[in-house]
Amino acid sequence: MIAALICVVSIAALVQFFISYSRALLASTRNVELSERVREVAGVASRNIAAEDFGRILQFLFLCPEHNAYQGQVRAVGIYYQLLSVVNRLGGALIPRVAAWTERDRIACSYFAAVVLDRRIAQSLDLFARQASSHS
Amino acid sequence: MLGPLDYIIWLSGFFLQAAVVVAILCRGALARYYAVAAFMATSILVNCFQYLCISRYGVDSKEYSYCYYSAESLRTILLFFVIIQLCEQIFAEMHVHRYIRGGASMLLFATALFSYVVIHTHSDHLTKQFVVEFGQNLYFVGVVITYALWVAILHFRETRARLIHLVLALGLYFSGTAATYALRNLFPDMQPFILQWVPPIFGVLLPLAWSYTFWRVPEEARILRYQLEGRAAR
Repeated sequence: MIAALICVVSIAALVQFFISYSRALLASTRNVELSERVREVAGVASRNIAAEDFGRILQFLFLCPEHNAYQGQVRAVGIYYQLLSVVNRLGGALIPRVAAWTERDRIACSYFAAVVLDRRIAQSLDLFARQASSHS
Repeated sequence: MLGPLDYIIWLSGFFLQAAVVVAILCRGALARYYAVAAFMATSILVNCFQYLCISRYGVDSKEYSYCYYSAESLRTILLFFVIIQLCEQIFAEMHVHRYIRGGASMLLFATALFSYVVIHTHSDHLTKQFVVEFGQNLYFVGVVITYALWVAILHFRETRARLIHLVLALGLYFSGTAATYALRNLFPDMQPFILQWVPPIFGVLLPLAWSYTFWRVPEEARILRYQLEGRAAR
């Protein structure tokens, strides 16, 4: 009985800590300005980033050679995005507040991925420039 | 016998713990986070000691079992000191250091007394089941205290991003491990298939999250409450 209670309370706490941790990660990139370069790469040069852009940006992210930086955080945000998509599908149509919350956080996930992509492109270009200068 | 996955998890944990200690030293945060550094340094030593124990006695030996569970208890107690330090930082402006230390000492004493009474009562049949149940209770106390700390962060509108990241990662670790121990207690047959991997994975995720915090989140970074609650800015 006690074990069952501890199990339920711990899982509820785990979900809540995970949501808050993901939001703390997303908050770190909220005020970062995206470069024109990454906007063009992600195909959002003339519009705002949408929730549905997350998958495509993630694919670009894994194409970049600098894989280790932010890998764990991108994975955590990816899990959070999937969780939000499930909640959106289950309760979004019935409860407008849930739909608004999931949409807002899914856009933040896409924005986070775009910021990380921007940093990886910058790091890759920097690496390429250094290699080119050392060969010349 | 340990498999490749065991070694991968063990080595990842070892290097990530070392990364946290190096990050604290490089960022000049030792004075502020000495309990975190002490916990990670002890974890590195514990890992080395466990490796020696396995190579000498084998993974199925009684000696390794004692070594593993006593090391886990030591690490959990050290984590309580980390919580005390985080509490002191959150309540720093209220000048309640004495009360926090007094309360924490009382809690530790009560836990030790409770453990002594339980062990004394069950000394004739100390089984693995008892160890699992005790671990589950110890981690659950951690969940409750970390949750209280999290509520305090929200209540006092704490904005320090590094502190928030540290507390949330700790909450993930405690709640994930407590849930796993409770599931092990409820369904012992699940242990060899899935549950045996979960605590070591959470043991890797904690130094991963903390090393990210110390390397990437500057001390002056701030998170506003509405961002944590997922609300739009007013």
